[in-house]
Amino acid sequence: MKVLMSGNEAIARGAYEDGVTFASAYPGTPSTEIIEEFSKYDGVYAEWAPNEKVALEVGIGAALAGARALVVMKHVGVNVAADPLFTVSYTGTEGGLVIISADDPSMHSSQNEQDNRNYARAAKIPMLEPADSAEAKEYIKIAFRLSEEFDTPVFLRTTTRIAHSKSVIDLEEPAARREARGIRYDPSKYVMVPAKARERRVVVEKRMERLREFAEMFPQNRMEIGDTRIGIITAGMPYNYAKDVFPSYSYLKLGMVHPLPRRLIREFASKVEKIYVVEELDPFIEEQVRALGIEVVGKEAFPCTGEFDPGIIETGITGTKTKGAVLPDRLLPQRPPNLCPGCPHRGLFYVLGKLKVFVTGDIGCYTLSFMKPLQGLHSCVCMGASVGMAHGMDKVLGEQGKVVGVLGDSTFIHSGITPLLNMAYNKSNAVIVICDNRTTAMTGMQEHPATGFTLQGEATKALDFVALARALGIENIQVIDPFAIKNTRRVIKEELSRKGPSLVISRAPCALLAAKQKTGNRAPLRVDPDKCTGCKACLGLGCPPISWQRFEDMEIPIEKKTAKQEGIARIDSAICNGCTLCQQLCGAGAIEEVAADE
Amino acid sequence: MNRSAKSVLMVGVGGQGIIRASDILSAVMIEAGFDVKKSEVHGMAQRGGCVSSYVRFGEKVYSPLARKGDVDLLVSFEKLETLRYLDYLKPDGKVIVNDEEVYPPSVNLGEETYPNDAISYIKQFFTDVTVIDATEIALSSGDRRMANTVILGVLSSHLDIDKKVWETVLEKSFPPKLLEGNKQAFARGRGD
Repeated sequence: MKVLMSGNEAIARGAYEDGVTFASAYPGTPSTEIIEEFSKYDGVYAEWAPNEKVALEVGIGAALAGARALVVMKHVGVNVAADPLFTVSYTGTEGGLVIISADDPSMHSSQNEQDNRNYARAAKIPMLEPADSAEAKEYIKIAFRLSEEFDTPVFLRTTTRIAHSKSVIDLEEPAARREARGIRYDPSKYVMVPAKARERRVVVEKRMERLREFAEMFPQNRMEIGDTRIGIITAGMPYNYAKDVFPSYSYLKLGMVHPLPRRLIREFASKVEKIYVVEELDPFIEEQVRALGIEVVGKEAFPCTGEFDPGIIETGITGTKTKGAVLPDRLLPQRPPNLCPGCPHRGLFYVLGKLKVFVTGDIGCYTLSFMKPLQGLHSCVCMGASVGMAHGMDKVLGEQGKVVGVLGDSTFIHSGITPLLNMAYNKSNAVIVICDNRTTAMTGMQEHPATGFTLQGEATKALDFVALARALGIENIQVIDPFAIKNTRRVIKEELSRKGPSLVISRAPCALLAAKQKTGNRAPLRVDPDKCTGCKACLGLGCPPISWQRFEDMEIPIEKKTAKQEGIARIDSAICNGCTLCQQLCGAGAIEEVAADE
Repeated sequence: MNRSAKSVLMVGVGGQGIIRASDILSAVMIEAGFDVKKSEVHGMAQRGGCVSSYVRFGEKVYSPLARKGDVDLLVSFEKLETLRYLDYLKPDGKVIVNDEEVYPPSVNLGEETYPNDAISYIKQFFTDVTVIDATEIALSSGDRRMANTVILGVLSSHLDIDKKVWETVLEKSFPPKLLEGNKQAFARGRGD
């Protein structure tokens, strides 16, 4: 049966068809849907881990017990998982172990643009890279076969465009599942103390040598010889961009990007007159081909930043551009993403933005509060970084300035617990706020260890943040409702004035989660134009339904309340969530509920 | 219909049903026997930011993205977003634009003004421009959320695909209780 599937759906399907029964992951765009889709198939086990390091360690354990284990993360997740990664490369596993690294060229949803092909090389792990959904489904199966045949973990690298674009695939029947093989004791293989690791270190090099030989004959490293004046060496999605523009040129399309097939590359080079290496981000293939003494055109023609498209390849090779519609430059209002109407982060960050404190942040929807008008967050490095950074700043600044560190409930669990322990241990005076919206909101509302449910929907233990913080040694702990502005301001100020580390848990469910669970139905609000004094206090919330209307743009004139008044605020009741933050800020009492029968 | 790859670019604002509409268009093209690739970006864009989705179809499609300046049809769910993507079109490209304004934050704050000349500006550069008030039509068909189906109806009248193919796909795309309303919204967009 032919269906249209995203790369992520295709990987999940391929794993299922291949008899994979075990998967672990931490959500992260663009990888999240892989394990969500996989978890829905019959007879599989899949879990959300608290972070990528745990996900990989769980996967190693599962594979050691003989299962085929799939571990999924976005590119920066591999940084978190790097510790076990570099050593499981030495040990190998019993069952197949495949790690998906979902890279994000152009940083559509990421804080950096690292090229994780470098991890394959550094950790000495083979890496496959599909170019569309059909290949994604095929390659995940090959990855497991390679893992078992060569006793190595295998990387499957995707990029956002592979993960989230859809193409046609053929569904196949799932293969028979293999039984887990039970425990095998083998200390010389699995206990990586120096003496044993030194032995395995040599095994790893021999394995890479065998993999290099394998790559020479690997059918997915294929030459397509056409017009031999130009030869293009490429892999993954850029292959499609190049083929789209230049269908008749010659190609060496690499399905395996590490290790590279050196003889095949030489053979290709001997068949074509001029070689271009077309790859997004780092000159990973290019430098290795140059090291073979082969002359190529690479990053001098194509950018090393950002995602490609067919136009970039066209310009890189021909120096010209497709002539589209000719239009004058026009400045348009930008449309950055924004916190949703009714988002519980808005009230908290409104308060933080007004206090003159440095707010260290991390990764979540709330990171958007760095923008106007909230401006309530002043740094974002990685998940959990806000806690350690707040402590470091506090130690340097002392009494000169107070620091608040914010992070989400899921990112606190991901990597905020250890630095919070550090704050208690090293006598910090910073205030940490957990924006506890009861879900992993930004990646699309995934469960986590504090929600009380597993990925596959089973009820389970829910982490108690207050009890945990007490156990870590934090004594000042308050739980607040961020929809109550005055109280939020009072509590944050109170904790800032205290000695010792403080934890504030700002707790209210994500607006999208509340809508999904059909809780918190509130009447939408509107502005009474006759009462609004045009003070713009409500506009300071940056809430999507609230807009400014100038007097000169109005069809029906409104009486000015003050000589200086220039217009009024308006609320689009159709998209208002009724959270009442604006009502709390309105000094004129101009914001009122829309009655249910209107 | 010509079998060489054609590109439709759907643009608008998060929450307008663009991804759903592009899924349906893709299903129609598969049903009609074409190779199809489709691409959009999720993540941050879901929070009220710009959303764009390419659907490319033909005998054989390699890239899910089209070259800038090579899009055949721009389907815009929001007026300002139309302007943002006009230069993706071929010089003789077609435009379908929904007569709907969604203010970005800077306009809400009164710092920038929403361009009020969008339609006349588009018509200055393109001859084949269809303007439709899809939200109004959807409301009169029972639910404003069907605006994306109305727009698909308009789009269907610009593509040489048998109406039966669209109907088959619509029937598979909606649960029974929403099907009648959506079929009506589609027909009104198509101008039947």
